[in-house]
Amino acid sequence: MSNIQPASGIHDMGGTSGWGRAPVPERDEPVFKQPWEARAFAIALLSMRMSGTNLDAFRHALSRLGRADYIDDGYYGRWLHGAENLLYDSSIIAPGTVEARVANLSGGHAVEPPAPEPSRPDYKPTAGGSMRTVEDPQRFSVGQRVRAKRFEPPGHTRLPRYIMGHLGTVVAPRPAQVLPDTHAHFQGENAQWVYTVRFEPEELFGPGAERFALNIDLYENYLEAE
Amino acid sequence: MTDPHAASDRIPIALRTQALEALLVGRGLVDPTVMDTFIKMYETDVGPLNGAKVVARAWTDPEYKSRLLVDGTAAVAELGFKGSQGEHIVVVENGPSLHNVVVCTLCSCYPWPLLGLPPSWYKDPAYRSRMVREPRTVLAEMGLHLGDNVEIQVWDSSSEVRYFVLPERPTSTAESAEEDLVRLVTRDAMVGVAKVVA
Repeated sequence: MSNIQPASGIHDMGGTSGWGRAPVPERDEPVFKQPWEARAFAIALLSMRMSGTNLDAFRHALSRLGRADYIDDGYYGRWLHGAENLLYDSSIIAPGTVEARVANLSGGHAVEPPAPEPSRPDYKPTAGGSMRTVEDPQRFSVGQRVRAKRFEPPGHTRLPRYIMGHLGTVVAPRPAQVLPDTHAHFQGENAQWVYTVRFEPEELFGPGAERFALNIDLYENYLEAE
Repeated sequence: MTDPHAASDRIPIALRTQALEALLVGRGLVDPTVMDTFIKMYETDVGPLNGAKVVARAWTDPEYKSRLLVDGTAAVAELGFKGSQGEHIVVVENGPSLHNVVVCTLCSCYPWPLLGLPPSWYKDPAYRSRMVREPRTVLAEMGLHLGDNVEIQVWDSSSEVRYFVLPERPTSTAESAEEDLVRLVTRDAMVGVAKVVA
């Protein structure tokens, strides 16, 4: 099953409203508050290996979740739902299997779909991690004014909407990295330079915005010279 | 009409997790002892104590601090800290007139080798949405009141670069030893939502 689907958009939270006050940090908060959170965390890490995918595909699997799956089951619930997405994408388990097992764990007698024939993506990373060496010169330089492109992503992207279309200044080049937009869909690594770009709050949010500076890492593909 | 997604119809997430684990283990796809290893690593071995050691070293060794600010990845590796979610570390330094704070608006990117897994507040939608729009207000809600003369730099972790805040050393600790300083440094200060207090 192709994983090239637009994100639901719920994950793209930068600059959005309606989420209430910021929480006051808890002292000595446990890493996992409930035992299931730890299990969901470990399953999610292993889901990438099981499905033959990668971290970008996992992030996109989270971004495809609807509001309830993204929010209502908490952070590690989100990871569990994302892991399920990866397992369905690569046909490691058939849709409906988890629900049937839940019914059976609850005393029911549901028929669980048999394990399907796996269809892992035809994909092999050229190296570990996300950093790569590229021969291309850097297209942008420190101090240069650049504009973040505006587009409708067909699938995954790491260009948030609150940045799209806005004008900023390059403050630092960063190591070349695989492009999440294609890497998440096994369409190639497209390793390229990444730049930290600084934006003024008035540019992003209009007059009257709070005074600070916003720095964000943007892949070369996301930028055009002003 | 019944809402098919009504909260009451949802499978409790603990049960859903149990079901998926049982399925995967039963089919030989997951080894529960490997799961236990991952969990133990982030519950007990990798946490903010790592970052605190980096900060205390930087506060007491100016040459280390210089290396840390120039090449964070190499400098933290000197103390043995590297791995997943720490491929490229950039350290930003807080001072009396400059305050750095880190967020991930798209998910929850965080420097695992230095701080472990992120706390609840870092993953909260209010933090993720508003830190890039009204950081001074958000920090005040979290208990950190910065003067109007303090410049705020927000870092949205949208690539695989991981940002780490070197907090300001409390002036009253000028005579403190490195191992005592380690105990003062909090996770919240190394993300930039608190100061280190002696």
